[in-house]
Amino acid sequence: MNTIIHDSVHVVLAFSLPPLLLGVIAKTKALFAGRVGPPLLQPYYDLFKLFQKGSVYSTTTTWVFRAGAVVGFVSAGIAVLLIPLSGSAAPISFTGDLILFAYLLGLGRFFTASAALDTGSAFEGMGAAREVTFACLAEPAFFLGLLVLAKLSGSLQLSGMLGSSLATHWANAGDSLALVLLSWFIVLLAENSRIPFDDPNTHLELTMIHEVMVLDHGGPAFGMILYGAALKLFVFGALVVRLAVPMTVGSAWLDWPIFVAGLLVVAVVIGVVESTMARLRLTRVPVLLVAACLLSAFAIILLVR
Amino acid sequence: MAPFLDPLLIVALALNFVALGVSRIRGVINAVALQGILLGILALFVHSEIGIRGILLVGGTICLKGFVIPRFLVHALREANIQHEVTPVVNYMNSILLGAVGTGLAMVFSSTLPLADTHKGLLLVPASLATVWTGFLMLTTRKKAIMQVLGYLLLENGIFLFGLLLLEAMPLLVEVGVLLDLFTGVFVMGIIIHHISREFASISTEHLTELKE
Amino acid sequence: MTELLVVLAIGICASSGVPGLFLRRDSMTGQWVTTVLSVLGAALGIGAIFAFWATGLSRPIALPWSIPGAEFDVAMDGLSAVFLMPIFLVSLLGNVYGLGYWRQTEHPQNGRRLRFFYGTLTAGMALLVIARNSILFMVAWEIMALSNFFLVTTEGHKSEVRDAGWMYLVATHVATLCLFALFAVLHVTNGSFTLVASSQRAGSSGTAAAIFVLALVGFGLKAGVMPLHIWLPSSHAASPSHVSAMMSGVVIKMGIYGLMRVTSFLGAPSLEWSAVVLGLGVVSGVLGVVYAIGQHDVKRLLAYHSIENIGIIVIGLGLALIGRSLGRADWIVLGLAGSLLHVWNHALFKALLFLSAGSAIHAAHSREIDHLGGLSKSMPWTSLCFVIGAVAICGLPPLNGFVSEFLIYIGLFHTLGSTGGTSFVWAAFAVPILALIGALALACFAKAYGAVFLGTPRSEHATHAHESPQSMLWPMGVLVVCCLVIGTAPTVTMPILGRAIADWAPGLGDADSILAASAPIGRVGVMGLVLILGTLLGGIALWIRNRRQSVERGTTWACGYVAPTSRMQYTSSSFAQMVVGLFGWVLHPTIRKPKDFPLFPAPTSFHSHVPDAVLDFVVLPIFRFAAWLFSWFRVFQRGNIQAYLLYVFLALIALLLWS
Repeated sequence: MNTIIHDSVHVVLAFSLPPLLLGVIAKTKALFAGRVGPPLLQPYYDLFKLFQKGSVYSTTTTWVFRAGAVVGFVSAGIAVLLIPLSGSAAPISFTGDLILFAYLLGLGRFFTASAALDTGSAFEGMGAAREVTFACLAEPAFFLGLLVLAKLSGSLQLSGMLGSSLATHWANAGDSLALVLLSWFIVLLAENSRIPFDDPNTHLELTMIHEVMVLDHGGPAFGMILYGAALKLFVFGALVVRLAVPMTVGSAWLDWPIFVAGLLVVAVVIGVVESTMARLRLTRVPVLLVAACLLSAFAIILLVR
Repeated sequence: MAPFLDPLLIVALALNFVALGVSRIRGVINAVALQGILLGILALFVHSEIGIRGILLVGGTICLKGFVIPRFLVHALREANIQHEVTPVVNYMNSILLGAVGTGLAMVFSSTLPLADTHKGLLLVPASLATVWTGFLMLTTRKKAIMQVLGYLLLENGIFLFGLLLLEAMPLLVEVGVLLDLFTGVFVMGIIIHHISREFASISTEHLTELKE
Repeated sequence: MTELLVVLAIGICASSGVPGLFLRRDSMTGQWVTTVLSVLGAALGIGAIFAFWATGLSRPIALPWSIPGAEFDVAMDGLSAVFLMPIFLVSLLGNVYGLGYWRQTEHPQNGRRLRFFYGTLTAGMALLVIARNSILFMVAWEIMALSNFFLVTTEGHKSEVRDAGWMYLVATHVATLCLFALFAVLHVTNGSFTLVASSQRAGSSGTAAAIFVLALVGFGLKAGVMPLHIWLPSSHAASPSHVSAMMSGVVIKMGIYGLMRVTSFLGAPSLEWSAVVLGLGVVSGVLGVVYAIGQHDVKRLLAYHSIENIGIIVIGLGLALIGRSLGRADWIVLGLAGSLLHVWNHALFKALLFLSAGSAIHAAHSREIDHLGGLSKSMPWTSLCFVIGAVAICGLPPLNGFVSEFLIYIGLFHTLGSTGGTSFVWAAFAVPILALIGALALACFAKAYGAVFLGTPRSEHATHAHESPQSMLWPMGVLVVCCLVIGTAPTVTMPILGRAIADWAPGLGDADSILAASAPIGRVGVMGLVLILGTLLGGIALWIRNRRQSVERGTTWACGYVAPTSRMQYTSSSFAQMVVGLFGWVLHPTIRKPKDFPLFPAPTSFHSHVPDAVLDFVVLPIFRFAAWLFSWFRVFQRGNIQAYLLYVFLALIALLLWS
C-alpha cells in the first residue's frame, strides 16, 4: 500500500472509530450487568443529535468557554495524526513528535479547564482542578514509558518507537515493556477519566472529574467535547495496542484489521475493568498514579542499570 | 539462570508496593501471601536438580507462607475485631515513595556489591534488599500490631530471596529453621495481639507506651 | 562598529531619566521626554544587535582606565547579543507601558525616581553583558544591583516594600561578595582580569571547584536558583509591574549570563559539577512551580514561576555542561540552544504576564487572586494577552515556550543513546521531571487565569474594572507577536543561537548543522501554524453551527440552584488544594479552618498560607540565631567615650604584642 492510501486509511479510521470504542465499552458493561445495553452505534447517534441541537450559553461565559470545546477537539484531532496505527509511519512524523503529542493534549486540557472556570460554577471548578491535578502525575508516567521506548528503539519518533521493530524488543526486554504497558494502561484510564479514577456513566454532578468539568456545555459544543474525549480514548488505546501488539504480518490488508481488533479488545478490557472495579476514593487516586509512575520508572531502571 | 526469574521478581517487587499502598489489612495480607507463594515457585525455577526433599521443603514453605500464616492472620483479624484500615504513621503516598527510594538505592547498592559473576546481572539481590527494606518500612510506619507481623513476613521473604543465591552453600535446612522461627514468631505475636486487644480494646501499638511506667 | 552603537545606546538609556529630574513634578512632560529618549536608546541598541547578526563583525573597544587592572574593555559576541536583545526590548516596552501604568501625574512622589533608575538598570545590564574586563563587569553589576534596589523600593512608604527591598539588598550583596572572590580566584589562576577564553584550564581541581562554587552561588543568587531564591518572590511582588517584568524577564537572566560566560572559558568541567548544575535546575524547576501553585498573590505566583523557568534554563545549561564534560556535541548544542532560547522566551512571556497582570491589578486594585475574577468581560484585551502568556509559559504549542522546551527535551532524550563509557544516562530522568513541571505549570496557570479573568467578579473593585489605556496594551501586543513569531517560525532564531553556541563552546564545529540534524524545529513551527489554522476552522465551524441553531443565554447550571453568586465560585485556593496537599511534605502549608461545627454555626473563616520553606525554616532561624549570638557583643557597646578609648588602646597593645 502506498503512502497516500495508507494515510487516508489512517485518517478515516482515526476519525470514524473513536465513538465505537465508547459503544463497545458501554455494551461490555451492559453485558456484565445482565442488561441488553444501548446499541453499539449509540455514541454516533448521540453525536449526530448533539450537532443538530441548539445551545444554551451561560451569561457568565466569554469566548474562552467556546474555545475550550474547539481547542480540546482540534488538539486531540491533530494528536491522532501523530501516532502510528499499524506498522508504518503516522501521517505526520518527525523527530520529537512525541513531545508535541503530549503537549497537544496538554493544550486541550488547559482550554477545557479554563472553559470550566469560565462558567463560575463550583462543580466545574472542582472538576477542572482534579483534571489538571491528576494529569500532573499521569504525565511523568507517560514520559517515563517514552524513555523506555526511546532507549530500546533509539528513535525519537513515535512511528519509530512503536514501529514493528518493537516486536524484537519484547523478546529481550519483555519485563520493561510489560511494566510500561501496565503503566500506560493506568494512564489511559486516568487520562480518559474511566473507573477506577472516575465514573463516566453518572453523567451528572456525582461524576468527579471530566464529566463534571463539561457540565455547562450543550449542543454542538458539547458534541465537540464528547468527540474530542473519544478521540483521546482512541489515541491512548492505539498507543497501548501498538505497545502490546507491535508485530506486523507484512501485508497492510491484514495489519489494519489486527489493529482494529486490538483496539476493540482494549475497549472490552476497559469495560471489564469498569464492571469489576469500584471507583477509588478521591484521595487514593494519586497513589495509583504514583504507582504507574513507579512502574515505568522501574522499567527504565531495569534497562539502564 | 531461568528465563522466568526476572519477571517473577518484578511481580514480587510490585507486590511490595501493593503491600505499602493498600489501605485494607486484608489486602496487605493477600499481597504478602502471594509474594510468599511466588518466592516458593521461584525457588523451584532457580535450581534444576532440586530433588524430592527440596520439592517437599518448597511445598512446605509455600504452604506455610502462602496459606497457613495468612489464614491465621485473617482469623486473628476476625477474632480480635480489628478495624480493616491499616492506620499508617506515614501516609500511603509517602510510604510508596519511600519504598521506591529504597528500591532504587537497593539497585544502586547491589551493583556495587562484590557478587559472583553468575549473579551479577540478576535482579535477585536488589529484589531481596528492596523487600527487606519494605519489611522495615512496614514495621516502623504502621501502628497496628498485626501490620508488624506482616512486616516480619516481608522481611523473611527478603531474606529468603537472598538465600536463593546461596542455595548450594546454604542448605534448605537453614531456611526451614528460619521458617520455624518465623512461625513461632507469628504464633507469639498472635497471642500478643490477642492480649493487647483484650487489654486495650484496640491493637494499636501506641497503647504499649502506656506500659512503660 | 556595533560596540560603539551599543555603548551609545547605553549612554542614552542611562541618561534618559536625567532631564525628567529637572522638570515639573506635576506634569507629564518629563515622562514623555524620558520615554522618548529611552525608546530611542533601546531602538538604537536593538538596531546595533541586528547589525551584528547581519554582518557578524565585532570591533572591540578597549580604553585605559585609571583603576589598577581595570580597562574599559567591551566587545560583542553571539552570547552577548542573545542577552542584549531582551534587555533593550523589555526596557523599551516597559517604558511605554509606564506611560499608562505609572503616570507622573498620579505618582508625583516617585515617578521621576522610578524612570531614572529604570534607565540606569537598562544601561547597567547592557554594559554587563558586553564587558570583557572583570572590574568593569563588577561596576556594571553594581549599577544594575543598586538601580534594581531603588526600583524595588519605589513605594518605600509601605513596610512590606521596605522589607522586600532590604532582603533584596542583602541577597544581592552576598552575590557581589561571591563574585569578588570569584574574580580574585580567576585573577590568580589566569593572571589577568580579562574575561575571555584563555587556553589554559583554570588551575588545579581545587581551584576549579572553588571557581565553580563561587560562580554557582554568586550568579545563582541573582538568577534565583532554588535554595538561593529567598529574595525573589517578595521583591517581584513589591515592585511596580513593569519593574517586575524587567526583573523577572531580564535581570535574573544576568545570573544565567554570568554562569554561561564563566563556564565558557573554563574548559570542560568535571562531570560531577555539571550534574550538580542539572540537579539544581531540576530542584528549582519543580519546587518553583509547586510553590507558585500555593500562592494567593498573583505577582508572587508569577515570581515563583520565574524560579521554575530559571530551573528549566539551568537544566538546559546543565545538559550542555554535561555534554562538554563528556565531549558530546549534540548534548551541548541542544542543551544550550534550548537554554538560550528559553532565556528569550521567558523574557517575552514573563514580561507579557507581568504587564497584563499589572494591567489587571491597575484596574481592580488588588493583587489577591481571590479578590479578582471576571475581568475577561471588562478587560478583553488584557485577558487575551494573559492567556497567551499563560499558554506560552506552560510550554504549550503553538507558542514560543514549546520550542525551547522541545529542544531541551530532545537533548535530554539524546542522553539515552549512550556509547560505551562516556554516558550519563541519569540525565534522561530529567525528562519526566520536565513533564511534571509542564503539567504543574498548566495547573497553576489554569488556576491563575481562571480565578483572575474568568467567572464572575469577586469584589467591588473587580466589578468596576475597565480596560487599560492603549499605551499599556500596545507593549503587550508587541510581546504577543514576538511569542507567536518564535512559536510558529522558530527557524529564524537558529542562526542566532548557533552563533552564540559557537562562542560558548569554541571548537565545537558547525552548531547550526548539528541543531538542524537533531531537532526539526521547522516542523514544530509548521505544526504550530496547523494548530492555529485548525482552531480557527473549528471555531468557524462552531460559529456557523450556532448561527443555524437557536442560541439562548441562561445562568450557569448549578444543579438546580437558580441564584448562584460569585462567592460560590471555586476559589483559587480550592483549585490548588489538591496539588498543595500532594506536595505538603515540602510546602508545609499552614491552614486554619473551623474545627467543630456547633448546632447553630456562627460565621467562620478559612485561611491557608504557603510559607517559603527555605526562608522561613532555614534562613530566618539562622539569622535569628546569629542575631542572638551577636547580641553578646552588646556588652562591649557601653556608650561612653572612655570605654571606646580603652578598646582602641587595648587593640593597639594587642597589635604591638602580635608583631
